[in-house]
Amino acid sequence: MDKATLGVAVPPTLAGEVVVDCLGRHYREVNHELRGLVEQGVESLRLINVAGQRYLGTNLQRPVRITIEGVPGNDLGAFMDGPRIQVLGDAQDGCGNTMNSGVLAIHGSAGDIIGHSMRGGSIYIRDNVGYRVGIHMKEYGAAQPVIVIGGTAQHFLGEYMAGGVLIVLGRRLPLDREHPSRYIGAGMHGGVIYIAGKVNEAFLGKEVGMLPLSDADRAVLQKHVGEYARAFGLEAEPLLARPFAKLYPKTVRPYGRLYAY
Amino acid sequence: MSWANQENRYGDDKVFDACGLFGFIDTSGAMHDGQAVIKALISMKERGNGLGSGYAVYGVYPDFAELYALHAMCRSEAARQGLEAHLRQGWTIVHDEPIPHREVAGVLDAPILWRYFASPIGERAPGLSEEDDVVRQVMAINTESNDAFIYSSGKNMAIFKGVGHPEQIAEYYRVHEYYGYLWVGHNRFPTNTPGWWGGAHPFGLLDWSVVHNGEISSYGTNRRYMEAHGYQCTMQTDTEVIAYAADLVMRKHGLSPRLAALVFASPLWDEIQHLPPEEQRLCRAIRQTYGPLLLNGPFTVIIARQGEMVGLGDRIRLRPLAVGIKDDLLYVSSELSAIHLVQPGIEYTWTPEGGQAIVGRLGQRPQAPEHVLPREPAIERELSYG
Repeated sequence: MDKATLGVAVPPTLAGEVVVDCLGRHYREVNHELRGLVEQGVESLRLINVAGQRYLGTNLQRPVRITIEGVPGNDLGAFMDGPRIQVLGDAQDGCGNTMNSGVLAIHGSAGDIIGHSMRGGSIYIRDNVGYRVGIHMKEYGAAQPVIVIGGTAQHFLGEYMAGGVLIVLGRRLPLDREHPSRYIGAGMHGGVIYIAGKVNEAFLGKEVGMLPLSDADRAVLQKHVGEYARAFGLEAEPLLARPFAKLYPKTVRPYGRLYAY
Repeated sequence: MSWANQENRYGDDKVFDACGLFGFIDTSGAMHDGQAVIKALISMKERGNGLGSGYAVYGVYPDFAELYALHAMCRSEAARQGLEAHLRQGWTIVHDEPIPHREVAGVLDAPILWRYFASPIGERAPGLSEEDDVVRQVMAINTESNDAFIYSSGKNMAIFKGVGHPEQIAEYYRVHEYYGYLWVGHNRFPTNTPGWWGGAHPFGLLDWSVVHNGEISSYGTNRRYMEAHGYQCTMQTDTEVIAYAADLVMRKHGLSPRLAALVFASPLWDEIQHLPPEEQRLCRAIRQTYGPLLLNGPFTVIIARQGEMVGLGDRIRLRPLAVGIKDDLLYVSSELSAIHLVQPGIEYTWTPEGGQAIVGRLGQRPQAPEHVLPREPAIERELSYG
């Protein structure tokens, strides 16, 4: 796969960057090699010819920098604790599954269950995501996971969400067009979702309320949308100027009485 | 004891399932060899466990394009001769031969594989079309003997399948040597039913082929409905019923793929309530008519027939489906990475909503939906911690 077809602008080689060719290799072998390199003190890695290898970045508990060329497989950065990963294109399902800390930046779209059970760190998706993104994200004390989606999301966004911040910008969605997302925040009982643009309120999760933004909300958006914009070389101001709504859980125990007799 | 159970010595206990699907159609009709689909399936090896793999290809037998290509699996030479004697009563066999194959390490228990190029003869009951008659005959053969059955019965198409990894089955059948304008492949991870030769995907009837990832929890209901319409399930796995259901609703009843999607993966009642009145009436009518054919549970399928490929997932997307378009080519796959791998210049990619049929048709250049925008270039950045 050459650079021209990927539409990738590559910066001058970084000092100490190690290139790992993943062509035709099994993920176990690749992850084993990455772990060995990181243990030797390598701080910057470039994975080329990636095609569906799973669990990349999972077992590297250090703040290494990883650039991925190609499409990584499912569970990219699952249980990740520390690395900063950018994917120069699309990613698949389960990115940042139960991720603890670090950054994932996808220069394209990603699939379903992004940030599944995420506990900390940040995920930035430049474009769109699939179903059940942020399902059961959680937070505790200083561990506050953040997902920013630049485009739009499919159904069950923030399903059973228990904590953290989920932001949807609708960047290339005309303001008069509704997000396709249905059942947003179904079962939500913690955390907050900010969504810019039109939402079909008939299909909001039953456990979710909708509010205009407070100054505190604006400050949260300013911070995270700023990071999103920096990750992809975009302007933050036009994104922040979009009309946002805040979705919040109406109760912290939505099923508290469901099974009580 | 059935063939499937007797030969199930693979120790396939119940496990998480995640079969791999891949298919493409060149809508210009240009022919492609089997390399791309083999390569795509190998890249998704993780999705299977070596207990089944298979391929379907369309446009493959131009020399016998007008004849039914009956592909048979037989447990013994005696069973094959019995099948052939039976076939000679109802068919004119123009040509027959063993399906070419080579021995491959690790491929076990291969049955005798034979193909017959034939046309049906004899009286048909009034109102029965030639296709109906072929269905009746295939069903009769497959329920009569436990030792021989027909697993592919279309014109100018073939299914090659067995127990093994995608590369093993491809090599066994020399799949890369065939040419077609439409290819479908499957990598199996059997969960609730045995891994055996007949249970590998694709499943076929007439020129239908179906590959499937997931499990049909409504199988019992679907199967009883199909039996009432003369279709007998004999392959011990849920996918088979989808192939027969496709034949019933799309060939016999003439439903378009989009209407068939409303049968198999109807919108939720909650969603139907919010549709415009005309669409509501349509959705309600289809659910009333075809309720027992709603496929419940997690699934993604590729349903193909001569000139057409349909990708469809369940209505709440419990199994993945990625789509890509490059010029005349439409790709569907369990994983996006496989599409990029075989078509690095892919122009448009997206994941359709659950229940939405992705249709590729010979002679119709594929179009990305309006909401799928051209890809923006990736501009690499230094990432800081947010």
